[in-house]
Amino acid sequence: MLKIDNLHASIEGKEILKGLNLHVKPGEVHAIMGPNGSGKSTLASVLAGKEDYEVTDGSAILDGKDLLDLEPHERAGEGLFLAFQYPVEIPGVSNINFLKTAINNIREYRGEEPMAAKDFLKLVKDKQQLVELSGQLAKRSVNEGFSGGEKKRNEIFQMAMLDPKLAILDETDSGLDIDALRIVANGVNQLKSENNSFVVITHYQRLLDYIVPDVVHVLYKGQIVKSGPKELALELEEKGYDWLKETEAV
Amino acid sequence: MGYTEADLAEELQSSEYKYGFVSNFETDRVEKGLSEDIIRLISSKKNEPEWLLEFRLEAYRNWLNMKEPEWAHVRYAKPDFQDITYYSAPKPKKKLNSLDELDPELKSMYDRLGISIDEQKRLAGVAVDVVIDSVSVQTTFKEKLAELGIIFMSFSEAVQEHPELVKKYMGSVVAPNDNFYAALNSAVFTDGSFCYIPKGVRCPMELSTYFRINEAGTGQFERTLIIADEGSYVSYLEGCTAPQRDENQLHAAVVEIFAHTDAEVKYSTVQNWYPGDKDGKGGIFNFVTKRGLCDGDRSKISWTQVETGSAVTWKYPSCVLKGDHSEGEFYSVAVTNNHQMADTGTKMVHLGRNTKSIIISKGISAGVSENSYRGLVQINKSAHQARNFSQCDSLLIGDKCGAHTFPYIEVKNKSAKVEHEATTSKIGEDQIFYCQQRGIDEETAISLIVNGYAKEVLNQLPMEFAVEAKKLLEITLEGSVG
Repeated sequence: MLKIDNLHASIEGKEILKGLNLHVKPGEVHAIMGPNGSGKSTLASVLAGKEDYEVTDGSAILDGKDLLDLEPHERAGEGLFLAFQYPVEIPGVSNINFLKTAINNIREYRGEEPMAAKDFLKLVKDKQQLVELSGQLAKRSVNEGFSGGEKKRNEIFQMAMLDPKLAILDETDSGLDIDALRIVANGVNQLKSENNSFVVITHYQRLLDYIVPDVVHVLYKGQIVKSGPKELALELEEKGYDWLKETEAV
Repeated sequence: MGYTEADLAEELQSSEYKYGFVSNFETDRVEKGLSEDIIRLISSKKNEPEWLLEFRLEAYRNWLNMKEPEWAHVRYAKPDFQDITYYSAPKPKKKLNSLDELDPELKSMYDRLGISIDEQKRLAGVAVDVVIDSVSVQTTFKEKLAELGIIFMSFSEAVQEHPELVKKYMGSVVAPNDNFYAALNSAVFTDGSFCYIPKGVRCPMELSTYFRINEAGTGQFERTLIIADEGSYVSYLEGCTAPQRDENQLHAAVVEIFAHTDAEVKYSTVQNWYPGDKDGKGGIFNFVTKRGLCDGDRSKISWTQVETGSAVTWKYPSCVLKGDHSEGEFYSVAVTNNHQMADTGTKMVHLGRNTKSIIISKGISAGVSENSYRGLVQINKSAHQARNFSQCDSLLIGDKCGAHTFPYIEVKNKSAKVEHEATTSKIGEDQIFYCQQRGIDEETAISLIVNGYAKEVLNQLPMEFAVEAKKLLEITLEGSVG
């Protein structure tokens, strides 16, 4: 599904990703952990195509397409979704209108007809239940006046609506209480299938109790320095990252 | 030497302005320039009564002693007033046999604006066919209004048919010596619209200049007079989203609204004059005086405007709140792109007790344009318990444009409550990126964000107008990023 090889990226001349490799197969959930400043959020931004970052080397292939050649909206059209760490507010634009525009733009990109209004509304109804989002929220302006938890649930709701091939969750668990965390995780688990993949970026093992990863990676100084089964997350929780730094020194 | 009428005419012929069209007028013109003789000639050609000629001449004499205002935050080459032709009775536009003959670019613009086929035909001057007989539609419309005693006709017709009303109200809201351009208009206006709603009548439809078919095009010095008698209501639409070009560079209109006791007037404008090319050459100068007088108690006047066109705009639709408990409203979206300059806002003059006003202004600047809000809230001594709320927001797209806010507040009565909020924001790259990540391309993202930003104002427009206005914003801002 996703093949990242030797990815180098920098911002304002400072290299953040230094030859990152990551392969994710369909149906898999990968967790990326790592200390602050290791490049986790940079990886998410670079994959989504944020302008501020410059890719200097390497490739990132999603289902056979090189993402790095594409505009951000084209990457979304190819099935990439990023659940933002800090979802943005768009005053005056209703969630519904926003999603309808997004879905139909993606369909247009794929050479498909716009979705019929009836089908769209049915989809909204189905998917908002998934994250226990009230109908009221769907009608409000995008993220405006939403609580932190509502914003994150809204990200998962949007993800459910857009049904991506690859979803990146950038610290979706930050700032969530335990109930919101459970709701978000449930949403993800229900969307999981053999045909899609998830990359979950997190600081805490806690989220991985709910969204069980197939592989856990440790990102450190712009490279994946260690990968392992889900137990690795527990080990990290227990020992912190220092032991990895020591390992590296050796 | 600045940009002249001849330059504009030439440019309109060759310009890239893809949305407009030039009609080849065969005109009945008087010679260029302005003098008492020219004014007498205009008045006699229009067969006007003596008092109207006197009105014009007095305005002209005042105008001679006035100076062109320079306080607005705009720059332009001042028109040479002796190089303008003040009277030309335009003949009807060339008739097309079908929409197929229409400039494909213009056709595509109409389609994108969502203008119906019927409306397109009317705008483009396509001869009416059997199926769509707009003449009969118009006749039905006129009959219906006549039944209710509503008078809706061209200003010239009104001068002939209802001279007593015109004489009584004309100049009562905007005095002929009010300002430089109002004085000029008062001296040389050629035509416009007249509307009278009798006592207690609620006009059942949106009154639009659409219906008073203006096949002859819009005048350079238009004059509109709306009178709402006691307890009446009317919603009036001016302009249209379809782009308009004109052979005249300078436009100086006057709009007067007079609201009697318990009357309500809602006046909506969508202005899309030719803004000039990408390098700022050409375009219409739009210097308008619009004012409403809430003369009677509990009367209400509401202005809603969507301004997207013109090279230079200078416009302050205002309300004089004389009646007790009267209300004034101003909702505005002003968009400037490329080299456009707009200085627009409102004046709310509170005279009566318990008068209320609300101002919602949304400026959007892109390109290298300059967009200014200028507003006056004046609470006079007699205005006990007056209230005003103003909100002026500016949105910047790119980093070469300017947004300015000039709020003036004068309070002479201690019981007044005046609130002013202002924000300036740059369209967020984060917002655009968020949209893009959801599959929305950059231009669509900007139009989505802008429409959200302007929603409060767009919601004030009548439904059909609002839909077109949204698309107009989108088209106006095309190419403003990247």
